[in-house]
Amino acid sequence: MSSRWASIRFTVNGQSRTVHAPPMKRLLDVLREDLHLTGAKEGCGEGECGSCSVRMNGELVNSCLIPVLQAEGAQIQTVEGLAPAIDSGGALHSLQEAFLQCGGAQCGICTPGMLMAAAQLLERNPHPSREEIREGLGGNLCRCTGFARIFASVLAASTHAGSEKKPDAR
Amino acid sequence: MRGNPEAHELIAPGSLAAVLHLLASEPGAWTPIAGGTELMVAHAAGRLTARKLVSLWNIPDLRFIRVEANSIAVGAGATFIDLRRNAAVAAELPLLAQAAGWIGSIANQSRATLGGNLVNGSPAADSSPALLAYDARIELVSIRGSRTVPYDKFHTGYKRNLLAPDELLFAVHLPRRFARHRGYLRKVGTRRAMAIAKVALAATALIENETVAEIRLGAASLAPFPTRLYRTEESILGNAITEETICAARTAVLAEAAPIDDIRSAAEFRRRVAANLVEEFLRELMKPEPRP
Repeated sequence: MSSRWASIRFTVNGQSRTVHAPPMKRLLDVLREDLHLTGAKEGCGEGECGSCSVRMNGELVNSCLIPVLQAEGAQIQTVEGLAPAIDSGGALHSLQEAFLQCGGAQCGICTPGMLMAAAQLLERNPHPSREEIREGLGGNLCRCTGFARIFASVLAASTHAGSEKKPDAR
Repeated sequence: MRGNPEAHELIAPGSLAAVLHLLASEPGAWTPIAGGTELMVAHAAGRLTARKLVSLWNIPDLRFIRVEANSIAVGAGATFIDLRRNAAVAAELPLLAQAAGWIGSIANQSRATLGGNLVNGSPAADSSPALLAYDARIELVSIRGSRTVPYDKFHTGYKRNLLAPDELLFAVHLPRRFARHRGYLRKVGTRRAMAIAKVALAATALIENETVAEIRLGAASLAPFPTRLYRTEESILGNAITEETICAARTAVLAEAAPIDDIRSAAEFRRRVAANLVEEFLRELMKPEPRP
């Protein structure tokens, strides 16, 4: 038995896109194969590692767990859309800059997901404590850095983003 | 082996009425999928046996949190992020708000729904102990009408429940009468983030005249489905909290808990940790009530 393919329309990084795909195709595969946005990676394929993280309608999601039909009408942001001005020679996002400065990326597989999880965290909580950073990135696994430099990167980005840093919760 | 998306049909009728009519037209043929945090994992691994799926994601009739006169109604389609951000849930149902923060990661909480957690029926379900401790009732709906049952009667066996083939879980109703109760919640897992519970306990108790007037112990991973520890509750109810009460409660937990050995833990470990958690709650009850 085969499914009927569907035309699914959503917005990716500010651009309206229509894809023709089986409704159960994973959003991750549509992004990578149909739209050639290969920033989101497949790590575990079961929602444990966070390397496929993107933002959908303002929430952090694992794109490997989303049937593309459920993205109909959604606003999606991938790591390619984090610094929209980069194609025109613009600056990196403050998080990307901080990851560069603090050594937050090593092999790079987890980095797009880390950036999206960190972007989600800072949007809702511009000055997170270390504990809040650990929670915000709790679903993103890195097997290279030992996490310390990633947390330092997010802390640096949050410090640069605003005038005052809230003291740590504990 | 990787799942083939073309082997599955998925439709999104968009309204509760349309979904219920579909379920009634071919009972048992359609599998509801909400946030996909369970079924899409099976799909990726090629283990998804359901061929026809109907999407419940973002159906407004299912995604709500309503504060009513005597209860807080949480739609089955409310996500754990919705629960964490709701002020009434935080104020009146702190155990549920805290348990919502246990569910996987932020990216899981933004998709996983309360209804999905209950219908999936894992013995280790994170939201279940809090719902048991708060004496939740659940509302099931079909084109035949709706019925409301105590949550502790919903699970009927390992991954089995009361739902008829044409029924959906519609809402969870949480009574607003726990303001004077003392609460307790603890999950024991392998690590703090993303862990599946080896054992979890949620508890509420009402202390009147220095004796236990009401107590509810909701446990995960101690039976084939999330369950109240009724016999342990009985050993405590009506008593003052003394060393004797604690000793009797420990004995009751060790006798009542029926955990299994599996990849995450051992039955004997789970039994002892469960007794420790009940003891920890009772020792907290011995201390004066913390004032906010």
